[in-house]
Amino acid sequence: MKSFLQLWMPSNASTHGGSVDNLIFYIHWLMLVLFVGWGIFFVYTLFRFNRTRNPKADYHGVKNHYSSYLEFAVALIEAVLLIGFSLPFWIQEIAGAAEENTDHDIELRVIGQQFQWNIHYPGKDGIFGKTSPNLVDGTSNVLGLDRSDPNAKDDFSSQGLSIPVNKKILVHVSSYDVIHSFFLPVMRVKQDAIPGISVPVVFTATETSPKDPKKSEKWEIGCAQLCGTGHYKMQGDLVVLEEDAYNTWVDEQVKQALEEGEAW
Amino acid sequence: MVTHESHHDHHHHDEGFWRKYIFSVDHKVIGIQYGITSLIFLLVGFCFMLVMRYQMAWPEKAFITTDQYNMLGAMHGTIMVFMGVVPLAVGAFGNYMVPIQIGAPDMAFPRLNMASYWVFLPGCIVMMLGFLTDGGAAQSGWTSYTPLSVLAGSGKFWDGQTMWLLGMVFLITSSLLGSVNFIVTIFQLRAPGLTFMRLPFFVWTQLVTAFLLLLAFPPLEAAGILQLMDRLAETSFFMPSGLVVSDVVQDQFSGGNPLLYQHLFWFLAHPEVYVLILPAMGIVAEIVTNNTRKPLWGYKSMVYAAIFLGFMSFLVWAHHMYMTGMGTAISAFFQTTTMIISIPSVVILTAFFISLWGGSIRYNTPMLFALSFLPMFGIGGLTGLPLGLSTSDIHLHDTYYVIGHFHYVVAPGTVFALFAGIYYWYPKVTGKRMNETLGKIHFWGSIVCMNLVFMPMFGMGLAGVSRRLWDGGAVYAHAQEVLHLNEYSTWGAFGLIFFQLFFIVNFFGSLFSKEKTDDNLWQATTLEWCAAPSPPLPHLNFARIPEVHRGPYEYSVPGHKTDFSPQTMKETEA
Repeated sequence: MKSFLQLWMPSNASTHGGSVDNLIFYIHWLMLVLFVGWGIFFVYTLFRFNRTRNPKADYHGVKNHYSSYLEFAVALIEAVLLIGFSLPFWIQEIAGAAEENTDHDIELRVIGQQFQWNIHYPGKDGIFGKTSPNLVDGTSNVLGLDRSDPNAKDDFSSQGLSIPVNKKILVHVSSYDVIHSFFLPVMRVKQDAIPGISVPVVFTATETSPKDPKKSEKWEIGCAQLCGTGHYKMQGDLVVLEEDAYNTWVDEQVKQALEEGEAW
Repeated sequence: MVTHESHHDHHHHDEGFWRKYIFSVDHKVIGIQYGITSLIFLLVGFCFMLVMRYQMAWPEKAFITTDQYNMLGAMHGTIMVFMGVVPLAVGAFGNYMVPIQIGAPDMAFPRLNMASYWVFLPGCIVMMLGFLTDGGAAQSGWTSYTPLSVLAGSGKFWDGQTMWLLGMVFLITSSLLGSVNFIVTIFQLRAPGLTFMRLPFFVWTQLVTAFLLLLAFPPLEAAGILQLMDRLAETSFFMPSGLVVSDVVQDQFSGGNPLLYQHLFWFLAHPEVYVLILPAMGIVAEIVTNNTRKPLWGYKSMVYAAIFLGFMSFLVWAHHMYMTGMGTAISAFFQTTTMIISIPSVVILTAFFISLWGGSIRYNTPMLFALSFLPMFGIGGLTGLPLGLSTSDIHLHDTYYVIGHFHYVVAPGTVFALFAGIYYWYPKVTGKRMNETLGKIHFWGSIVCMNLVFMPMFGMGLAGVSRRLWDGGAVYAHAQEVLHLNEYSTWGAFGLIFFQLFFIVNFFGSLFSKEKTDDNLWQATTLEWCAAPSPPLPHLNFARIPEVHRGPYEYSVPGHKTDFSPQTMKETEA
């Protein structure tokens, strides 16, 4: 089952993704067993009790109540999947972990906008500069950064998400216009980007993304929620780098931001 | 058998054409009106999808624009749910069959019934008028999530989204009028001797459905009106502060919450799922018992399961919203209720399977469709499990997996049950029988094509391909390996429409058949077959109100002369 589903699923490159995938595998086992069980019973019954083979129906039919055991078993397995897997994962590794984040390494903001993803990097100081909707400008200031704020000097934006490997990333997901959904297939991350609300998400990449990837090898940010005309092309790149490469990249971006800042 | 001699001498005045066929208060005429309207809309909704499927399979041809794609998508969903399946399952089958199955001369409030149809039809027309506006029809999905929907189009009155909202208000009002009528009718107008535990399962499902319609729809009606205010009157119920669209700050809005709309919407739309599925289960129960010639196994537990399903369906709505960032406690609550609600579905499905055991199964067209409902609904239900737990939902939410899941429930599930109902009750309504050969071609073609359309979607969903993509995912790297599945789905859809031609020809052609059927063609036990002529008498249905002496599915009772014992049969006659 696992290898069959993995044929279809994108690879997993996050620490919590394995839990998500395992739960998907377990549930598909349950589905398969139930479907095959019902299916065998169904097909045999259709064959065994057709009119020519069984001209007279039995008023009582099945007299035992073994089916109650089946129903009880299904309830029990679902309870195990819920209490043993889904709830603990959700609380420890996903929503709960994001709510109580204390020990993240990198903090970023993700802002959805028709039809691109803008990532707000706080720069070297690690402090997000002030932003305001009134300052948003699609060409020169997608984040609406307040350039007069000293903390904003080294902030920069990117339409792709670049992160270092093996570091705990905290992103605050939000939107400036309509509802989008921030989807990192290989990271098993999905979070609606809702205007007026900022939702924390944590994840840690376990691998670096392919270097010089062919189109089908790229790692991506997708938009999973209908957001208008260009919804289909609201795609961004996800790049996971070694720590050194990431720091070099950040340095370059900060330098560029500071140079642009001189010009204001 | 029915006596035709004692003709209805009271009420025998000639009605004009308009009173008889258009503004009729006869539940049968209204049922047929609902039936014809909804079948037309099912075809329209299907044709929309064909265009979209063509676009998705071969995006490089850019057959339609992205806006047109979004319009067709939003309207496909809306039409199929609100103007197709629900009016057919409830408005047509419910309206026509419930009064006859309970031995009533009509619905409790015939004029209310007529009003319900005449609010429904304008609702459909208003919604379709959206296509004539400058910006075209609504294009924010059948869910119409804010702020997208509020910002869509011109924001004026004559606009697709505004027409969608107005249409919605009409449609919901119509179903409210209908549901009150069903509840009162089933409680008050049952024939003497027809106790609740003697009701056909179909009537039970219609009763539960009526409560769902009555209690779940008002929140969406309210939400629709509030969204209309946001669009037209610049209120901010669902619109937060600080929106920036194309660099322009939308400062007419402040302080609203888009999630409020989602809660209101899903508070309707989850019970709506059971509005779609319960009547289908009811139809399947009628046909399976009739064609296995044995009683329904576990009738009482099925009734309790249906009631429990109805009740629980009000407590699971937020499982559509796991990815909105809900807290751990709320998510734990909704995951738990979602797992609980799967149990009554398992109970009902298992009871159906067990009902087959020991039967003497006839394979006619209605039975084939009814039987195929079981595994198809099974697939639909089972694939709901990974979506019902928030952890596994992370990867699958809003992907094609979801599309595959709910289409298996509604298309080869409910729609097949509705086809079964049409083939089964057509002789009752028209006095003519539908052609079996055409029916079987229709069945085998449809079931193969249905699976060809929807099975590939699970593969696409597992790969993470999002729904509602104009190019079918061609932009995305992670979709590249499964893109070819789009073509299978599209070929399946074209095959599917081809096989519907056999149904259309059969449906109209059989009207002209010279042969009249027996009143009780299928040798059934329930009142519409054993106590009313085919077609039932105009107004009042029965020559005289039947008396009920036994349960609904007394087939092959040991010691009885025939293998069916009609509900009207006295113990002494046995």
